[in-house]
Amino acid sequence: MRTVLSIEDLSIALPKGADRPHAVGGISMTIREGEILCVVGESGSGKSMTANALMGLLPPGVAVDGGRAVFDGQDVLALPETERQSLRGSRIAMIFQEPMTALNPLMRIGEQIAEVFAAHGMYTQTERDKRALALITEVGLPDPAKIVRAYPFQLSGGQRQRAMIAMALALEPELLIADEPTTALDVTTQAQILELILDLRKRRGMGVMFITHDFGVVAEIADKVIVMEKGIAVEQGSAAAVLQTPQHPYTQRLLDAIPTGRLPEARRLEEAPVLEVKGLRKVYRTGGGFFREAREVRAVDDVSLSIARGEVLGLVGESGSGKSTLGRAVVRLVTPDAGQVLVGGTDLAALSEEELRKSRNKVQMVFQDPYASLNPRHRILRALTAGPIAMGKPKAAAEAKARELLEIVGLGAEAAGRYPHEFSGGQRQRIGIARALAMEPELIVADEAVSALDVSIQAQVLDLLRDLRSRLGLSILFITHDLRVAAQLCDRIAVMQKGRLVEIGAVHDIFLSPQEAYTRDLLAAVPGADWAGENRARELA
Amino acid sequence: MIRRFASNKGAVIGVLILLLVIGLALTADLLFPRGPWAMVQRPFLVPFTMDGFPLGTDTLGRDVAAGLVHGARVSLLVGLVSTVVALAIGVPLGAIAGFYGGWADEGAMRFTEFFQTIPNFALAIVLVAILEPTLTSITLAIAIVSWPPVARLVRAEVMAVKSREYVDAARLAGLSKARILTTEVLPNTVSPIIVMASLMVATAILLESSLSFLGLGDPNAMSWGYMIGAARTVIRSAWWLSFFPGVAILVTVLALNLIGEGLNDALNPHLSRKGTA
Repeated sequence: MRTVLSIEDLSIALPKGADRPHAVGGISMTIREGEILCVVGESGSGKSMTANALMGLLPPGVAVDGGRAVFDGQDVLALPETERQSLRGSRIAMIFQEPMTALNPLMRIGEQIAEVFAAHGMYTQTERDKRALALITEVGLPDPAKIVRAYPFQLSGGQRQRAMIAMALALEPELLIADEPTTALDVTTQAQILELILDLRKRRGMGVMFITHDFGVVAEIADKVIVMEKGIAVEQGSAAAVLQTPQHPYTQRLLDAIPTGRLPEARRLEEAPVLEVKGLRKVYRTGGGFFREAREVRAVDDVSLSIARGEVLGLVGESGSGKSTLGRAVVRLVTPDAGQVLVGGTDLAALSEEELRKSRNKVQMVFQDPYASLNPRHRILRALTAGPIAMGKPKAAAEAKARELLEIVGLGAEAAGRYPHEFSGGQRQRIGIARALAMEPELIVADEAVSALDVSIQAQVLDLLRDLRSRLGLSILFITHDLRVAAQLCDRIAVMQKGRLVEIGAVHDIFLSPQEAYTRDLLAAVPGADWAGENRARELA
Repeated sequence: MIRRFASNKGAVIGVLILLLVIGLALTADLLFPRGPWAMVQRPFLVPFTMDGFPLGTDTLGRDVAAGLVHGARVSLLVGLVSTVVALAIGVPLGAIAGFYGGWADEGAMRFTEFFQTIPNFALAIVLVAILEPTLTSITLAIAIVSWPPVARLVRAEVMAVKSREYVDAARLAGLSKARILTTEVLPNTVSPIIVMASLMVATAILLESSLSFLGLGDPNAMSWGYMIGAARTVIRSAWWLSFFPGVAILVTVLALNLIGEGLNDALNPHLSRKGTA
């Protein structure tokens, strides 16, 4: 097979004062026709930089300082800007992580695709429109005639990514660069997009460079794999070889850190419930006026569940399933329209503002975004003691407790005097956990608490939560979109879809004998499920 | 942050100019002990022709240099004080509107719009005319016409910060709303407010000059606008009488704008146009 792209010893320099001299230090790879090469690594490993360098999209201050990238006999990196421009889009195309920001919000989908032809001066207007329609049909968007006329905001995330792919395919590129194209999507949508990419590569025979952090995705689609750590390719080879017999310790660590769906031992649970949710409802109304009916979204629709003392209940669902609203209603950041949230006998949903402030400590939350959940202007000590002091705890006692908690979450007491920006994402999440513990809550709601973290950091935080659960007897409502993560930590799992509770049961029951069709779909969509299954089978054997 | 500010040449020049102007204003009584109103030489003395009067004299034989230096006091004082007063009105109003929303927001914003619908300068003239022109009334008038943009800015910033997760965390910690607003939200909105304030001082100086130019200045205080206004009838025969105060206004306002730009780049590095990554 013909080689589409070969990169030789590419290195990309970072500006002075960065944490390392090279974003990418001497990496080589080849992509052949019809081949999918996965570039895998954690954030900051330089995997996106490699792609951006090929497309000439490096941020200011960052520049290629060595190596070649040969595409069709020419070194792309040495080409003048004008020639590069004609290469971009027509022969090398790229799709991005966030399709909403990569599409022009003011242009209809059809126009955006037609514009690609216009930019390269091809075809007449009618021909362009016809081709746009054909592409939209090819990427499997429903009702193509309607989609042509639609604006990006009218499409769902998965549909937008399909539209982006249609744009990328417009000029029949020989190489497609996909930078984390499914990371922002739900599992079921992700599975569909991966299938689409596999299908297109078969039909069009193009080479694909697929950048991802998810080994599950790698297992689904890769022919070849490159594992990057801090700008260096630590391991490369065929997908099967890298996944089954990883050589480099970093790869092994990454693979070990992946929540594989290995189920923990079932534990005996206490009878006494910490939290009881009864008939909870929350409806969001948007728009509406004198002449129009308001749009109603039933975010949480008649949900009842309970969590026993010391139990971890996983709340799983896709985006828009209402799982976050339910979590926020439990801590009462959102006031539900109907229903009860009983914590230790008090109905949080019915308390007045003043009474609520006094009972706030009973339920605490760990937030998703470790960067947004700490006030950048407050020292860690203040973040940890503000709550207990407001609850009437003496200052000295609160500070002593805060230091102790920082030790418990593995940061050390000296972290107290520092500011949030001095910590990494994983460390901040530990601080978030310590902050929640400082209030001595009966229940912690963790809303996608590990979703924003790299796999190896994710594994550490999960370890911490597991440790805290056994040491302090914590009860946790663990909200996540990732079934693999839920399987690792939770005793029971509740599945939500469109605001309704679809299924709830012990982890083993949900994973091994799901009752509802939707649960089965979710499980089937988990990337790399077969591969994880094989691994498990091998371990058992 | 200071290093980022110092790396911006324009901003450093702005600071130097402003320090010079402040220095002159503070030492005015030492440099020109006879004050700006004293008639010291023959009228219409051309600049650079006589030692001791480098900028010449005006229609009544008063020293232009003395007028400029004493005028700097008025300009800076009015500029600073009116900005502080405008912030004192705009920040709380905007913060309450943005944080509490609902009726508080409606009320505060309609009140703000009421002021925004009247042209700034016309309102300032009317206020000064009603209150009779003194430094206090001029400062107050300028403050009253310049707070609405502050309120709008603070409201928008507060609304943005309010939705951050650390504010949710503070609510969960059981802090009261007033406490959350003052300790969690407002401190995170100061950067744009500081930038706006530095630009407001510049606008206030311009407004004061315009008022004085129209003869609505404090008759007991020498100011740059007054000097230009008084000299406009003789602009063809004695250009320097309006030129030097004009340059003084231009340079001071420019300096403040440079500082504002510099602060903006230093406080909001991700918005800065020059990539420093």
